[in-house]
Amino acid sequence: MSLKPRTKFLLGGAFILAVAGYLMASAIAQTGTYYLTPTELAAKVAQDPSFYGTGVKVGARVVPGSVVRAPGGRDMTFRVTDGDKTYPVSFHGIAPDTFTDSVDVVMDGRLAQDGTFRATTVLAKCASRYENAPEKYRATPGYRSGAAAAART
Amino acid sequence: MILIGELSLWVALLMAAWGTTAGFAGAYTQRTELIASARRALFAMCAFVVLASIGLWTALLTSDFSFRFVASYTSSNLPSVYKFTAFWAGQEGSLLFWALILSIYSTIAVYTGRKSNRALMPWVVPTLSAIALFFILVLCFGANPYARLDWIPPDGRGLNPQLQNPGMAAHPPNLYLGYIATAIPFAFAVAALITRRLDAEWLSSVRRWVLLSWFFNTVGIVLGMWWAYVELGWGGYWAWDPVENASFLPWLINTAFLHSIMVQEKRGMLRKWNVTLVVSAFLLSILGTFITRSGVISSVHAFSQSEVGYWFLGFLVVAISVTAYLVTTRLSDLRARAELESMVSREATFLFNNLLLCGIAFSILWGTLFPILSEAVRGTKITVGPPFFNSVNIPLGLGLLALTGIGPLIAWRRASVRNLRRQFTGPVVCGVLVAVALLASGMRAYYSVMSYALGGFVLATILQEFQKGTSARHRMYGESYLMALFRLVARNRRRYGGYIVHVGVVVLFAAFAGLAFKKEFDVTLRAGQTFSAVDGFGDHWTFVSQGVSDYDELNRHTTAVLLEARRNGKFVGMIKSEKRQYIDSQGNPTFEPATEVGILDKPHEDVYTVLAGVIGEDTAEMRITFNPLVWWVWYGGMIMALGGLIVMWPQAERRRLQAGYMAPLAPGLVDAGAEAVS
Repeated sequence: MSLKPRTKFLLGGAFILAVAGYLMASAIAQTGTYYLTPTELAAKVAQDPSFYGTGVKVGARVVPGSVVRAPGGRDMTFRVTDGDKTYPVSFHGIAPDTFTDSVDVVMDGRLAQDGTFRATTVLAKCASRYENAPEKYRATPGYRSGAAAAART
Repeated sequence: MILIGELSLWVALLMAAWGTTAGFAGAYTQRTELIASARRALFAMCAFVVLASIGLWTALLTSDFSFRFVASYTSSNLPSVYKFTAFWAGQEGSLLFWALILSIYSTIAVYTGRKSNRALMPWVVPTLSAIALFFILVLCFGANPYARLDWIPPDGRGLNPQLQNPGMAAHPPNLYLGYIATAIPFAFAVAALITRRLDAEWLSSVRRWVLLSWFFNTVGIVLGMWWAYVELGWGGYWAWDPVENASFLPWLINTAFLHSIMVQEKRGMLRKWNVTLVVSAFLLSILGTFITRSGVISSVHAFSQSEVGYWFLGFLVVAISVTAYLVTTRLSDLRARAELESMVSREATFLFNNLLLCGIAFSILWGTLFPILSEAVRGTKITVGPPFFNSVNIPLGLGLLALTGIGPLIAWRRASVRNLRRQFTGPVVCGVLVAVALLASGMRAYYSVMSYALGGFVLATILQEFQKGTSARHRMYGESYLMALFRLVARNRRRYGGYIVHVGVVVLFAAFAGLAFKKEFDVTLRAGQTFSAVDGFGDHWTFVSQGVSDYDELNRHTTAVLLEARRNGKFVGMIKSEKRQYIDSQGNPTFEPATEVGILDKPHEDVYTVLAGVIGEDTAEMRITFNPLVWWVWYGGMIMALGGLIVMWPQAERRRLQAGYMAPLAPGLVDAGAEAVS
């Protein structure tokens, strides 16, 4: 081997990058999942019925008043919507503390033939996670949005 | 005081604007009075930002609910310590906190560098002012912490229970301290690029700040992991969430820089690379802030989605354009002073180390941004989760772990076969023995076996280094072994502090590898009922429910279940897990019930219990998890932080000692002695 060390290093580097690239590409192919809204999910299923039972991620908002928790808190059903399309969801597991009415959720799971979304994980993405119940607050008489209040000062 | 604070913010805005314009104008025209004026403006800006922060703290501590921020994040019955930490719980306050740290850092950097960096300072000052100006602009016009409500609510909305935890009080400030410290090296890099003074001189001022950033980033990430583990209740400490990734990226880049800077110091190589790393660390910090604040990538950590994110996007675009222009127009000044001589040399291992660290950083960035990228290219959002990050990063991480052992022992320039044999025989044997022992004991999780084998190898190399250095001092100076060890570390802090950091890394890898043996059970227990299970080590556990109790504490109503835990028939401890319903000062419930996990922590394993809910009077639904080696994550983190502290500790004491009884010796002989031994 009479290659210059620099060339050898570049070869070694290219090898590492190739391995990393291969790992990334194969991991995306194997584990990448669609991230859909309920409307997009409905469109996918209408287009290709085999899409039932495929693992997907769905982001939507919990319909207020739809959450039914079984005693013990490990099973629950609720409905999610993006405004146009609504799906019933069933979930077995421990939901995060931030999960409640009308939060945005991101769910992993699959759509069953009966049209119910069976969630395996539920993450609550509170529109403002660290603030308390913004919707409730907004209904308070005299409340103005922060921007309006800021503009007045 | 509050009014003074509010006004101070606007004065600080003016000061930052003046510091930026006068500074750049002064540096460009080389007019000393403008340069001096910009420096004074920076100091003044710092003073006013401090006042603005004190004002907000006053509002928080006195519960002045006429302010939206105070009403949104605190309530009158919140413990004072959390009123204080609510400062960084929300968008506006955390931005002010960012501006506060940035201006304090800037003042320190400008003040301490006023003599040593005369040529660079005129450009450093306006660059830092410009960054501060951006933050204060956002504070004044995008997210003002002093925004008022047009009515005064009787009580605030309280702080989210998950933030009422000591870990959360300490984790964000540490992360911010780490993030923001990247701004100083960035400013120095910009100044060095503009003035074309790209020799080692700017690097030495920068290294200290990168180290500081690295240190706080490490502490912040580990505290964040601890908080997630004890507070969120999903049983783990790292979920590859976009915001977690965002905090990890600058850490990886800083780590890469702290290694590659040695190559530039010793060999004059990697000059372009180092500038790029310094700049990237800062840009990734800003990108992290953008991800956290904008909601473009769905994350469970997101602040409220707001236009504030787009301020950051704008800033990011400007910063990237400016630095890309500067770097590309100065490539010729950045040419390497030396060539790589051999693949078997320390600089080559450091190059590979950098390649792996940046590869890991790139794959994490790619995975984090993939939903956006795939939507832009293919029109559908595709997300990747923990399996992606694990399958890419475990192999790359193991490669890195191997280099951790190889790098410090191999000679610079070109290693001889003799050098290799002398340094590596023991450690390699050690690693192989670990692998054989684990395989013989029946462990079949191959990545874990590799982690432990490589960990054994690396630990052996480090022990060998300490042993060689200590006995050399013992021989040369006749010191006792303990004193020799102490002096060895004290006199070569950078080197031996670095080894201690590596010990922490090994411990962390060992802890991560333990995750392969995690076990989880969903159980339903009536009072008096028993649940039995076998953990990952083959121990038999029994848990007896002591029943469910309800009681009131401080600002909450608590439902708790108590388990008696026995391992192989022997009593180990009681585990309590709770559901807490927080209430405000009127006794109304606030927030959803919060889960408080029960943890029985032992060095080899945690038993982690989550109360899902209660059926009837005394039947608890729970999840019981055996988490092996979690304890070591926290201690590994502490060891790393300790190593970082040793490296950072000022060297003044050593100089004094040398000036005393070491004076007759040539300076640096102690270093040279240790160097020669290795």
